[in-house]
Amino acid sequence: MMPEQTSNTPLLAADGTPLRQSLSRSLRRQKLRALFLIAPLLVFVMLTFVVPIGNMLFRSVQNDIVSNIMPHTVAALENWQAETEPLPDETAYKAAFFDLFAAAKAKEHTKLGARLNYEQTGISSAFRKSGRAIMKPGKELAKTFQKIDPAWGKAETFIALFDASFDANFDANFDASGKKTNTSLNQSQLARLNQLKGEQYIVPETKGIAADAARALPMTAREFSYWTLFTELEKNKSITEGKVWEALYVALADDLQNPQNAAAIASLSGPIASLVKTSAREISQQPRIDYTKIMGGVNKGWSERIIWETIKLHSSVYTGGYFLNAVDMRKTLDGPAIQPESKQILLNLFQRTVKMSLIITISCILLGYPIAWLLANLPVRTSNILMILVLLPFWTSLLVRTSAWKVMLQQQGVINEVLVWLGIVATDNRLEIINNQIGTITAMTHILLPFMILPMYSVMQTIPPSYVRAAKSLGATNWTAFWRVYFPQSIPGIGAGSILVFILAIGYYITPEIVGGTDGVFISNRIAYHISRSLNWGLAAALGAILLAVVLVLYWAYDKIVGIDNVKLG
Amino acid sequence: MKLVKSLLVASAFAVAATPVLAAEMTIVSWGGAYSKSQLKAYHEPYSAKTGVSIINDDSSAEAVAKLRAMNEAGNVTWDVVDVVAADAMRLCDEGLAMEIDHDNQLATAPDGTSASADFGNLIVSECFIPQIVYSTTFGYRTDMVGSTPPTNVCDVFDLKAYPGKRSLEKRPINNMEWALLCDGVAKADVYDVLATDAGQNRALAKLDTIKDSVIWWNAGADTPQLLADGEVVMGSTYNGRLFSAIEEQKQPIGMLWDAQVFDLDGWIIPAGLSDERKKQALDYIYFATDTQRLADQAKYISYGPARASSAPLVGKHADLGIDMAPHMPTDPNNAKNTFLYNYSFWADYRDDIDAKFQAWLAK
Repeated sequence: MMPEQTSNTPLLAADGTPLRQSLSRSLRRQKLRALFLIAPLLVFVMLTFVVPIGNMLFRSVQNDIVSNIMPHTVAALENWQAETEPLPDETAYKAAFFDLFAAAKAKEHTKLGARLNYEQTGISSAFRKSGRAIMKPGKELAKTFQKIDPAWGKAETFIALFDASFDANFDANFDASGKKTNTSLNQSQLARLNQLKGEQYIVPETKGIAADAARALPMTAREFSYWTLFTELEKNKSITEGKVWEALYVALADDLQNPQNAAAIASLSGPIASLVKTSAREISQQPRIDYTKIMGGVNKGWSERIIWETIKLHSSVYTGGYFLNAVDMRKTLDGPAIQPESKQILLNLFQRTVKMSLIITISCILLGYPIAWLLANLPVRTSNILMILVLLPFWTSLLVRTSAWKVMLQQQGVINEVLVWLGIVATDNRLEIINNQIGTITAMTHILLPFMILPMYSVMQTIPPSYVRAAKSLGATNWTAFWRVYFPQSIPGIGAGSILVFILAIGYYITPEIVGGTDGVFISNRIAYHISRSLNWGLAAALGAILLAVVLVLYWAYDKIVGIDNVKLG
Repeated sequence: MKLVKSLLVASAFAVAATPVLAAEMTIVSWGGAYSKSQLKAYHEPYSAKTGVSIINDDSSAEAVAKLRAMNEAGNVTWDVVDVVAADAMRLCDEGLAMEIDHDNQLATAPDGTSASADFGNLIVSECFIPQIVYSTTFGYRTDMVGSTPPTNVCDVFDLKAYPGKRSLEKRPINNMEWALLCDGVAKADVYDVLATDAGQNRALAKLDTIKDSVIWWNAGADTPQLLADGEVVMGSTYNGRLFSAIEEQKQPIGMLWDAQVFDLDGWIIPAGLSDERKKQALDYIYFATDTQRLADQAKYISYGPARASSAPLVGKHADLGIDMAPHMPTDPNNAKNTFLYNYSFWADYRDDIDAKFQAWLAK
């Protein structure tokens, strides 16, 4: 007799392992094999679909360009009380001068100008002009310094002043006289360079700027460090090969005039110390460096509030600004505001896109249903010919079909000519059926019709004809038999076709562009404009994200009302 | 200071992924008759001379967006790109095009004039190498305007004298300027007026008077087709398109040379090419923009060469055998009253005015 299985001893498989364990192992192996089989498709979909779309959608909130290109300015503007103060203070102007200088050298300033021009017309040219003019103040000061001592014209002078690594006894952290070098300065300027150029350069932490010079001339040391890093890493050159950066002279004059640095300058020692001290005496005779005035001279835009307000408003790394723009709103200092009426266009386009896509879907149902019914009920030989007619448009290029509609619908086109010939319309009163909504609806209904017919057809094929016959034999009229018996069974096909047509229609671009005129275009035409013409990819991404959300919401609503289980493709 | 340089992994990968084939280069242009004229005048002689094979890519219309995408991916596959001047400026602004030293990197004129003097003020951007001067102007159906063909750009706004549809480009550029000119603004003041809200509204109000009679076009080929079909009585397009409709296809179309907008088209070299490819691109540009080559292009298409020294060399049409000089936008008879496109104005105002224009269109 077999011993009775007690509840606490597990079932064993043939090889003695517990059955549950061996079962789950073989199941896991099966799942892995399945995963392995779909892996190529999964990787393909991830790489070509999910990643690029995610990347594109991310642009709708990404806004690090402002703080990457003008980091000091953005920080300085934090302290600006824009509501009460008409203009930011000197620190902001100073920050903007050095930020803009570095950006102009790296040819990044025009990018920022283009970005901010989306928000405020005129900034693009202000930045472009500033990029050229920002070299001038430094050039003039360079002359002053070289008059004091021609040595200031050479990069070697600055190297001797700041670069501890040129010292023969250089040690990782201490210079020859045992004073600490400032390594953190280089690292912070490296971060600034990496941020500006979007690179990942690395500099050994042992390289430093002479600490005493950095204390005496802090701004000059900062700009020197940045200049060296930029020239060596970005340009692959040594700083001794070219001219000294113009901004260095502005920084030097500023440092030498700054009373806070006086003590540190006095205590400087080394070969360049006497040059620095004489120059300090000479330069203090000159008027104090005034960045507000300098920037006003670079471009008059910097003396006006609007440019500062725009930078401050759009300085955050992530922004909701593009989404606001996408619904005809904009960021202001007082929070979101509605765009002026003359610029409101996008909400209107969203509404029109949804409305016209619905009209197109309904037209497709009305035109497609009888055809699908015929396809499903005619004898095979005739229905095959009909099927070819339905599929024929699929084999013709979309552009050709759309252009054909142009020939059909235009005022001197086939339809109008026939109507005039029949005497239905007068020749000077031809129908306007293209370059408007009628054109878009007609052409798109035709183009999308197969997507409606095919799912309907495959559902109708599965409806047994005996049901209708049975209904009729029980006394139903033709209409009742159709409406009460046949139609309810064909609804899953209508649902599938409608979803397919509607989702395709809502994103249509080329057909509305060609036959839509002005009031028959969709939101996708605006997205295309922002992708390829205005290059405002942030706004294009925001519009795309909203369109995606609209589709998902409608899909969800459909699921709630009709139920997605009732959708059949065959 | 010796520094350790570490490139982005991505860009290092990109460099490795694009092996340089010195014997091959990709040149991007507009396609159609225009690309054909470049093929005959530049590509074929250049290939014959150097053995470099040239791949054509007709993507100029989307050049700015595509170059930006390529640049972000770190893999620029184009060597030389033909763009309009406004796009060249934007590419330069975005750091997507290489700056050119016109005097040292381009050929001097036969009489020794430097390249920058020969191109003159057509060098509108540091990155731009001018190639042709073209005009956006109006064509009209000779059989639909009666015995008094239009002679003035303001006839476009005159629905009484010239009833029927007109075609205008579906963007504010050019249309706004014409509207203001015909609303009584002096030519010199047009951009000052257009910079103000009131001026923009004034231009739109003028366009409102013909809005119901306008078919808006997107592609340069639209207007010639609309004219040929008799859909419109007059319409704006590029003068080269009208030339081919009139002279090559013998359509009943006339050309209106008044307040036509002068614009430029030329080359840029994408930023971020390897040294080898850059050298190759510059070599091609040096060849293709010399005085003779620019004059040669005018044999195939009615766009004016950008060099002053090329103008006297313009000859006859390669197939039709007609003199090309009278069909050039630069010909003194045609250029009596021209309008110069203001690049920096539109660089600033493009998006702002476009939003207003599109909102106005939708009304």
